[in-house]
Order: sequence, then structure tokens, then C-alpha cells
Amino acid sequence: MYTSFLIKYAEIGVKGKNRYLFEDALVRQIKYALKPVEGTFTVSKTPGRIFLDAESDFDFDEVINALQHVFGITGICPVVKTEDISLEDLDEKVVKFFDMAYPDKNKTFKVNARRSRKNYPLDSMELNAHMGEVLLKAFPELTVDVHEPEITLVVEVREMIYIYSEIIPGPGGLPIGTNGKAMLLLSGGIDSPVAGYMISKRGVRIDAVYFHAPPYTSERAKQKVVDLAKKVSAYAGPIYLHIVNFTELQLYIYEKCPHEELTIIMRRYMMKIAEQIAKDTECQALITGESIGQVASQTTQSLSVTNEVCTLPVFRPLIAFDKEDIVTISKKIDTYETSILPFEDCCTIFVAKHPVTKPNLGIIKRHEENLNEKIDDMVKECIDTKEIIIVNAHEN
Amino acid sequence: MNSLNKEIYLDNSATTRVHPKVVTLVSQIMSEDYGNPSSMHNKGVEAERYVINATKQIAKILKASEKDILFTSGGTESDNLALIGGARANQRAGKHIITTAIEHPAILNTCKYLEEEGFEISYLHVDEYGVIDLDELKSLIRPDTILVSIMYVNNEVGSVQPIQEAGALIKNLNKNTLFHVDAVQGFGKCEIYPGKMNVDLMSVSGHKIHGPKGIGFLFVKTGTKLKPISFGGGQQGGLRNGTLNVPGIAGIGLASELITKDLDEEREKLFSLKSFFLQEIEKIDRVSVNGVKKDETGAFLVKETAPHIMNISVKGLRSEVMLHALEEEGIFISAGSACASHSKKTSSTLKSMGKSAEAMDGALRISMSQFTEKEDLVTLIDAIKRAIEVYGRFVRK
Repeated sequence: MYTSFLIKYAEIGVKGKNRYLFEDALVRQIKYALKPVEGTFTVSKTPGRIFLDAESDFDFDEVINALQHVFGITGICPVVKTEDISLEDLDEKVVKFFDMAYPDKNKTFKVNARRSRKNYPLDSMELNAHMGEVLLKAFPELTVDVHEPEITLVVEVREMIYIYSEIIPGPGGLPIGTNGKAMLLLSGGIDSPVAGYMISKRGVRIDAVYFHAPPYTSERAKQKVVDLAKKVSAYAGPIYLHIVNFTELQLYIYEKCPHEELTIIMRRYMMKIAEQIAKDTECQALITGESIGQVASQTTQSLSVTNEVCTLPVFRPLIAFDKEDIVTISKKIDTYETSILPFEDCCTIFVAKHPVTKPNLGIIKRHEENLNEKIDDMVKECIDTKEIIIVNAHEN
Repeated sequence: MNSLNKEIYLDNSATTRVHPKVVTLVSQIMSEDYGNPSSMHNKGVEAERYVINATKQIAKILKASEKDILFTSGGTESDNLALIGGARANQRAGKHIITTAIEHPAILNTCKYLEEEGFEISYLHVDEYGVIDLDELKSLIRPDTILVSIMYVNNEVGSVQPIQEAGALIKNLNKNTLFHVDAVQGFGKCEIYPGKMNVDLMSVSGHKIHGPKGIGFLFVKTGTKLKPISFGGGQQGGLRNGTLNVPGIAGIGLASELITKDLDEEREKLFSLKSFFLQEIEKIDRVSVNGVKKDETGAFLVKETAPHIMNISVKGLRSEVMLHALEEEGIFISAGSACASHSKKTSSTLKSMGKSAEAMDGALRISMSQFTEKEDLVTLIDAIKRAIEVYGRFVRK
């Protein structure tokens, strides 16, 4: 029945003179999302509206699923598009639409007509009244409720006439590519993929860095991270995943620094390396999945000590989230099941029984001096030998 | 990569490389002789010949009747059919089943299921070498004991159970008690004659003997009461329904023949490799050998164990780390049991043998095949030494 979709967006509408940039980005992202969907589609921009027209047969659910992965879309309305032949013809189409869309007629409704083509013989009010009557006559069980109707039927008169009633929610946010690029520190856990999702939802393109520690972490642990990146890329678009071999550096810290400080010093070097890669790849920020108090290395004191090594802003979208709420999002974006697979990650290998929870920056820095002999070379080695995998949910 | 610059596969208890002759046969049946043995036309008759031939090959090896061979999808299904089918068919005689604490999950979890169905399960203990005590078995057999299931070779440590003695004991005390043997790790490595050993049911898997995956068989002694556990077109006397896996069946037939052809020689070769490996590996600081007795001269009594499986513990180095370190050199071994290693639970066999948590944490299983050479083991020993030097310094504090 449906051949078109009306795409609704919210925040883009208020972006002033830059609005066209946001709309163009949204059109581009919609086209990209539809690439793997079977069928031929055209996406067109009219003032205040984006329309998606199917030029061939297509699978309705597949299209909706693709659109629900495009940030910037707040609502998707399946539309019946018809030519303006006559009012009688329109009456017939509206009745047919209603009949197909709502088999149960025991409902309250109202008609919301919009006439953006001003030479149409009926104005909006007249069209409302007319269509209301037509529907009541066709289906006597219906009742009108203009305040809180169960069904709002929209009849929009433009060059063509659009009939729709249902709004399927989109993911919201802003289109990818409208807010620069950031580097996500991706582990195999629950939090970091969610953090990546949330920042990309604000239109930020993301790349990711993963710290691999063979033989302490396995090939499967690495594959798990690739799989997680793939799940995030279903929303965020293609992700460059930088895989850093961290073993030697980690063991060096283990040998030279107090054991309770291992994790915090290790995280400082992870941030340092991630920031260098971020700068080399023209990212303007870092993203982590940190959340206050979740573990010893995420107390306010620890976060402050970790943060000290960075000059780029560090986005921590989960900072005030409870674990439960993070889990809810990870289930929604389908990363949860992958995240809980039981593989070692490099942060837990040598974790001390009682790691510091209130590290003192001065003391940490003093202990880091023990690393002076080799650490710069090791950091450089980490960056020079990293592997890059381009992860794309649209490809296998 | 290791010094030999080749892949060294020493995880043959997890699975084996398919023998090239088996590959050729299976592939030919898949692409040319692909008929369904149940079909009435020639294409079906042709396919049926492969099944008859494989049955003959296996029956001959076991010195059993051709009627006694039932093809299944592998070890797990054979175990399930033997235990569930055997228990249900004989429950009027009693509801007591005996097995051991060190069985494969295919047995242990099936027993758990049978417990839910109202059966009572007794578990035999093992000694520090992973071997059951026949006196304990004797004390457990009751008039209502309908089934005893004992594995031939343990998959984690390679201990060999006294099957012949157990068989005689069981039949002596209660001739109606069925005796099932899980021979998945034993077949092709140890001599097995179910008739002589009083075995009624015996499970074998194809992929552990250089055959294909997804095929196995269950030896069912003529006259054994067994109920099917899945239903369909009545193939194999209605005991195991479903279109016959002809390529798999031909494959396991040929693989069985190939692996038992020079069994005595192969065993000798593997025993001498095992002796060599255990002696050398034990010289390394922090390494201990699990499950093999020594004589008064300090030599390992390998012949009391399976020829192909070795289990060692490295103190203070988790098996996962060692495994991945060796993997980087192109050497593949296993931690504990391959089936259970990703479930993160500590090896049940080593636990039953009374090993410490530390010994279990650092346990490694090395399992050989007919393709294993001495130089592979030399390379492995060398690589283990190096890994201990490099990574042994770093431990959880």
C-alpha cells in the first residue's frame, strides 16, 4: 500500500543558515542507509520535508529498520501518495487508506488537512470538515475527537497529495558528519560501545582504538571488539578501528611501577596513545565509556589523574549514568550480548587486589619517572605498529 | 612462527585433520554418488553400498556383528542415545545408573537430565591418576542398577579405565545391567573388543580419528533394549531416524580402518613420544605432569595411560596465556578440555584427581596424532621454556 515515506526531523529545523548543511547530511545518510536495502529509492528534499519514494517493490520492515538507524530522523511516516485528479477520487483514496490501515473501526479520529498548494479549491478547514464527513459516512462506527484522537489522519496537499496517519519513531539526534570526528576508546565491555553510539548520535563521526595484549588477550577477544565496532557502525557509519599492541608497554609498567597504581598509569598511557592517534587522524575529541565510581579507575580522583594527560576534550557521555541505564541502551543497540562474552580484556589481566582509588597526581607522576628509559620509544612503537581495520555494518 | 616454520597441531583430542584418503572418498560421494540409500533406483543402491561397506569395516575392527553398528551424528548423540534410550527402555527393571565423576559433558549433562526424569545417578570417584576404583564400582551395583557408563580414555588427562575388568564385574553382579563405554578418545588408540569386554553400548566419533565431523556411531550389542530418542522415517531400524549421512558414514568407515591398521606400531611410536615429552618437560622449573605414575627408577609408566594425551601444569602461568603465546609461534594446544575451556570452569577431571587450584589454572593438554613427529615436541618444549621465561615473571599480585 505505501510507496513513500515522509521523514521528520526536529533540531535540524532550527539550525539557521546552516540548515541546508544538516539537511544535505541527512539526505546523504538516508541514501547510505538504504544502500543494502533491496529496491530502488529516491530521496528528495522539499522545504521542511524529506521524502523517500520507492521506485520498485520493497520490504516495508527492512526500510523502516534502515531508517531507524539514521541519526537526525525523529519520525517516519509511511505515506500513500496520489495525484490530484478530483475530490471524488481523493475521497475514495482516503477511505481506502483508512480501511487498510485500521481494520478495527471502533476508534476516535480527527483529520488534519494541510494545504501548502494555495490554489487548491478547498482550504485546510474545509478539507478537514469534508474528509471527516466522508470517513464518518463510510465507517459509521468512527467517532470524532479533535482533542485526543486515537488516530490523526493527515492529508497534505502539495504538487501531489500525501495521505498518512502513523508516525514511527526514529532514533533522533543529528545526522552523522555534521559535528566533526572523535576517537572512541573501545574495549570489550558494555560501556564503551554505548558511549560511541551516544556521541555519534550527536552527529559526530567516530573512529576507535582498541588495546590488544596478546598472549594475555586472545584473537577471540579482538574479534569481539571488531564485532562491537560493527554493531556501533550500524548507526555511526564506517569506523576505522585502530588496534594497538599494548603488551610490552603494559609489562614494562608492571615491572617498574607500584602494583596498586598499574591500572591508573596504564590508563594514562592508553589516553596518551589514543590522543596521538586522534590527532594524527584529524579527530577533535576523545570518547570514553567512563562513569563516576564504577570501578577504582573511575573515581573522580582517578578520572582527574587520567584526564591530565590529554589536551583534546574527552567526551564521557555515560559519566552520570547508572550501570542499569547503560545496560538498557546496550540492549537497545544490540551490543549487550556481545559485550558479555567472557574474554579477558587487557585492563583486567594484572588488576591489583586493592588498586588505588584516590590517586595523587604528584605521586603518580613521580612513579612514572621510573619508566623514563624506554617509555617514549614504546609509545612510538605502539603507534607505529598499530593495525587498522575498517569496520562497516553494511559489509561482511 | 616456530623454528620448524610450520603449523604444529597438538590438539588432536579436540579434533583431528581429516586423512587425505578420507577427504577424497567423502568428496567423491558428495559430488558423484550422492544418492539416498532409501531410494529404490540405482543411485540409491549405489549409495547404500557405501553404507554397507562402512558397516563391514567397523564391525570387523570391533569383531562385532554388522547389525550392531548404528550411525549417529557424533559422540554426543551416541552418548545421549545410549544413556537416555537405554535408561528409558529398561526403567521397569530399576532407575539406578552409575557413571564416573570425570566423564565428558555429553555424559554428565545427560545424566543430569535423567535425574530430572526420576533416575538416580551415582558417580564413581577417581584416584590422583584419574582412574576409578573397581571396589567402589562393586559396592555401588545394586539389583536396580540398569546402566553403568564409563569412559575408556579420559579426554583431559588421558587416563585409561579398566574397562575389561569393569565389564566382567558388572555382568557378574547383575547380568541385566547395561554397560556403556564412551570410547570417543579411546577408539583408534587402544584395543577395543566390546564382546570380550562385556560392553553393550559404545560411542565413537568420526572427527577424533581423522574422519569428518558430524558423524559417529554407537555400537549396540544384539538384543540390547534401547528406545529411540528422535523419530522419523524409520531408518536404521527406527532406532536412529533420518536420511543416512552417506559421505560421513563412508568417511568414518575408512578412517576407522586406517587408524586401526597398524595400531600396535602406532601405539609404540606414540608411547615413546609421550615418554620423551614427559621426561623433558618435567625438567623445566615450575612444570609438573598430571595423571601418569612413575616407577621406582623415576621413569613414567606411560603404558598405563593413553598413548596420545599428555596433561601438564605450569605453576603461576595461566593456561590461556601459555596457549596464546604458543599460538603466536604456530603451535596449537589446549587448556584443560577443549569442550569446556570456554565455559571458564576449572577442569572437572583435575579437580576430581585432587589437584590444586593453581595446578588447574595452569593446566595444558597436549594431544598427538599419527602425524606427530618428535621434532614437533622438541619445538614445543622449547617454546614452553621461552614462554615461561618471558611471561612467568608477571603474575597477578
